[in-house]
Amino acid sequence: MTATTTTTVTLADLTRMLRESAGEEEGVDLDGDVLDTPFLELGYDSLALLQVVGEVQRTYGINVPDDAVVDAETPRALLELINSGQISAA
Amino acid sequence: MTTTTVVTGLGVVAPNGLGTDDYWKATLAGESGIAPVSRFDATQYPARLAGEVPGFVAEEHIPSRLMPQTDHMTRLALAAAEWALKDAGLDSGELPEYAMGAVTSASGGAVEFGQRELQNLWSKGKEHVSAYQSFAWFYAVNTGQISIRHKLRGPSGVLLTEQAGGIDSIGQARRHVRKGFQAVVSGGVDAGLCPWGWVPQLASGLMSTGQDPARAYLPFSADARGYVPGEGGAILVAENLDSARERGAAHVYGEIAGYAATLDPAPGSGRPPGLARAARNAIADAGLTPDGIDVVFADAAGVPDLDRAEAEALAEVFGPRAVPVTAPKTMTGRLLAGGAALDVATALLALRDRVIPPTANVIEAAAGHPIDLVTGAPREADLRSALVLARGHGGFNAALVVRRTP
Repeated sequence: MTATTTTTVTLADLTRMLRESAGEEEGVDLDGDVLDTPFLELGYDSLALLQVVGEVQRTYGINVPDDAVVDAETPRALLELINSGQISAA
Repeated sequence: MTTTTVVTGLGVVAPNGLGTDDYWKATLAGESGIAPVSRFDATQYPARLAGEVPGFVAEEHIPSRLMPQTDHMTRLALAAAEWALKDAGLDSGELPEYAMGAVTSASGGAVEFGQRELQNLWSKGKEHVSAYQSFAWFYAVNTGQISIRHKLRGPSGVLLTEQAGGIDSIGQARRHVRKGFQAVVSGGVDAGLCPWGWVPQLASGLMSTGQDPARAYLPFSADARGYVPGEGGAILVAENLDSARERGAAHVYGEIAGYAATLDPAPGSGRPPGLARAARNAIADAGLTPDGIDVVFADAAGVPDLDRAEAEALAEVFGPRAVPVTAPKTMTGRLLAGGAALDVATALLALRDRVIPPTANVIEAAAGHPIDLVTGAPREADLRSALVLARGHGGFNAALVVRRTP
């Protein structure tokens, strides 16, 4: 499990993985401007975030600590966490 | 003043029909859903037949957010619950917050989901295990997902008494209605058609190893050789009769008139099994005597010793061949925690249409069984009350009397 890529995970990557691993709430447009929309408003609870962080780890080899994930309340905060995790992993 | 509890909504997911209407039509026509297992490769096991629910496309019934976090079993249960509430015309949003609850039965939980995630753990590592494994496998998951989805904030629970659970959950629902809650979503839906669900049943030695779908599960027959398992069950809305009448419920399928549960004595004790006692207690609880029961939906284990014990219990309670007995589960297989709930739904449909569905594939009861087994074709009868019996592996017995509401 070593991070061999320096690819930055984007909002589009994150929303794709959210859809695939946790589904999509009816009435929510993940393709809209959701960078600062709280996950709760997007229909995602902490388990959904743990699920997507697992997907990030499998796809990008980036390890994000579980207890840090629950503090990331918006896609922007989670992406910052993911992309800074990549730096520390590399 | 006594509270009368009735069933106002049904949702059926059965191997011979998806939805109440398809199931009931198939059951009266004697159409079986038992076939070679397709949900996993069963060819390496001695038992290879099962009843699988046909035509269930989960995405058509389950919201996207619930797909990654639900097993096939829970998806079937959610669909059945939605249909049952729609059938009842009940929406928790229009009722006081704690007016409705949910009590369902379960056996081993969502074993297919659990097996997949354990395989991920063992073969790929912990980072490949779904976060939803934390609850998706759990035996209380159907009750939980149903109550969350429909905002049922009244009492909830789950009963694990193997095949008896479908009745026990309805008995528990009646208790809650008697305490003053308007309605409780009850019954059970189960599905364990995967190696993890299969092997423990094989180990019981009670499964049929027959390969012919028409000959593998023949309860009360001289050729009985075990049972065929299946997936599915029924969700029933149990409701206070006064509330149902007040709001003009579209259906009052019948009253949950009597309920009893017993446990068998420890093996080797020499004391008799508890099925007859459960039946007598449920009949007495309904304020009836055995001659007030017009049909019995049997547990129908399909195992010679267990069939004999049930036939003897029926003869003891009712007298030899004194009441029609049927086992429509010959068309679905035994549905674990969903089976008895489906039998109760079937009994209510039988009361509604005054017809006893047949026991499929069985030509006649074996000579030693003193019961009037309904075989071959449906039998019309002026049914007022039906007794449903169930036995769960490990000594659980449950009996429920449903009665046509005047």
